[in-house]
Amino acid sequence: MVKLKINGTEREAQAPAQRLLLDFLRYDLGLTGAKEGCGVGVCGACTVLVDGELFASCLTLAAAIEGAEVTTIEGIADQGRLHPVQQAFIDHGGFQCGICTPGQIIAAKALLDFNPQPTEDEIKQWMMGNLCRCTGYYGIINSVAAAARNTRNNAPRQPTDD
Amino acid sequence: MIDFEFHSPSSLDDALEMLERYGGDARLMAGGTALVLQMKQRFAQPAHIIGLRPLAQTGGLSAVQETDAAEPYVEETDADETPKSIRIGALCTLRRLEDHPLLRARIPLLADAVRRVATRRIRSMATIGGGLVNGDPSQDPPPALIALGASVELTSPSGTRICPVEQLFIDYYETDVRPNEALTAVLVPVPPADTRGAYLKFLPRTADDYATVSTAALVPRNPNNTCRDVRIVLGAAGATPIRARAAEDLLRGQELTDDAIRAAAATVPDAVDPLDDFRGSSDYKRQMAAVFTRRALTQALGYNKGTATP
Ligand SMILES: Cc1cc2nc3c(=O)[nH]c(=O)nc-3n(C[C@H](O)[C@H](O)[C@H](O)COP(=O)(O)OP(=O)(O)OC[C@H]3O[C@@H](n4cnc5c(N)ncnc54)[C@H](O)[C@@H]3O)c2cc1C
Ligand code: FES
Ligand code: FES
Repeated sequence: MVKLKINGTEREAQAPAQRLLLDFLRYDLGLTGAKEGCGVGVCGACTVLVDGELFASCLTLAAAIEGAEVTTIEGIADQGRLHPVQQAFIDHGGFQCGICTPGQIIAAKALLDFNPQPTEDEIKQWMMGNLCRCTGYYGIINSVAAAARNTRNNAPRQPTDD
Repeated sequence: MIDFEFHSPSSLDDALEMLERYGGDARLMAGGTALVLQMKQRFAQPAHIIGLRPLAQTGGLSAVQETDAAEPYVEETDADETPKSIRIGALCTLRRLEDHPLLRARIPLLADAVRRVATRRIRSMATIGGGLVNGDPSQDPPPALIALGASVELTSPSGTRICPVEQLFIDYYETDVRPNEALTAVLVPVPPADTRGAYLKFLPRTADDYATVSTAALVPRNPNNTCRDVRIVLGAAGATPIRARAAEDLLRGQELTDDAIRAAAATVPDAVDPLDDFRGSSDYKRQMAAVFTRRALTQALGYNKGTATP
């Protein structure tokens, strides 16, 4: 039995030890936003947040993060109102076929949570791990920059540490 | 992936006890970025996996702290300065290290090398300890750790031993970590304040790739520009990270001129033994190891700051 808090709700399902988080989300829980692209940690299509950190769900055993809070693309809209990053991707042509988009949006959300006012260079550095085969990188960068402008009022989060 | 049993230990002792009980059939898992991939590819087929993530909250296994060092990094360090080390719990993620104010302020060379690993997503999962035990000579943190004179703490049921990172690596993916040991901490001496360093990674393909070759250089600066000590360590240039001792010997005691640096770098192709692969031929990598050694030394010394290629 694997137990995780997914998008704020406790979920559990019977799953063998080798179940990857990506497959747990998609096949056990029916959350098909995260995609499998490469399966080896390179492309970012499977990106989710685990306790607020970017994770490749294709390299994560569901059992290994038992008790963690997982945030997927399905969980970032606020009661039907799209997250500012989601809205910016629509407004600024941040996607074409859409396969990479859930991963792009989760990565961009994590960036703005960490650094609400990134420079273009910081956006490129951070988003480097999310590949897009439709080569829509200009649209993606513009969307992230626009989302940052639209959420300017948020207080910056300092790197917290001991 | 073949089937296996997953275990969640409640303490380090518990984990060590499980390692002992399941013997060669068991593997510890930290971030899982290397191990899950190796299991998917069937390079590793452990029957038991002992997940260390629950231990990251406890017992300093992921803390980053400044402590008094056992030995100074350079012998002539001013006597009135107590030498310090930074102790990094093995389960500390590379993401936490790259953002850590103490590490960035005190040992920027290591923060820089860590930041060059893959992508933010991989660094959020991968731990400093897991990367060291993985023993891939193309990884970025080991050359910097060896240049800094770092050691690892290895813990087994019978106690703890300290192993210099320079002696940890034996061959491709083979380390001196014994089957009943966990790597519990990395101890990094804080270099004197006037030390300059650089970590350069040659990335002709993509920005998130493994190094084609890489060089860590560390130079404690002297007021008269003579070299009192220097460490040069190459990554992705052989079965383990390689210290370029001939180059170091040529520079020690000398004035650090451009010519001296070129002469030292010219010894590097003979010191390394890189593989032929899709990142380049062995011979090409030998030459590039020399080029990146020269650039790393030049950048560390602060010449041509604007023109050094990262
Ligand atoms: C897509 C991708 C790109 C990468 N690119 C780079 C790169 O550019 N540069 C680079 O340096 N690296 C790169 N890496 C490698 C990465 O650095 C390693 O996978 C990572 O550091 C391993 O750490 P982990 O915590 O995930 O280890 P795990 O996968 O959990 O473990 C690795 C090994 O160490 C053992 N182990 C783990 N923790 C301990 C412990 N505390 N004590 C004893 N044994 C232990 C495990 O049994 C296993 O054998 C890349 C990896 C991926 C997946
Ligand atoms: S599917 Fe996970 S990173 Fe590509
Ligand atoms: S929108 Fe098609 S892969 Fe990115």
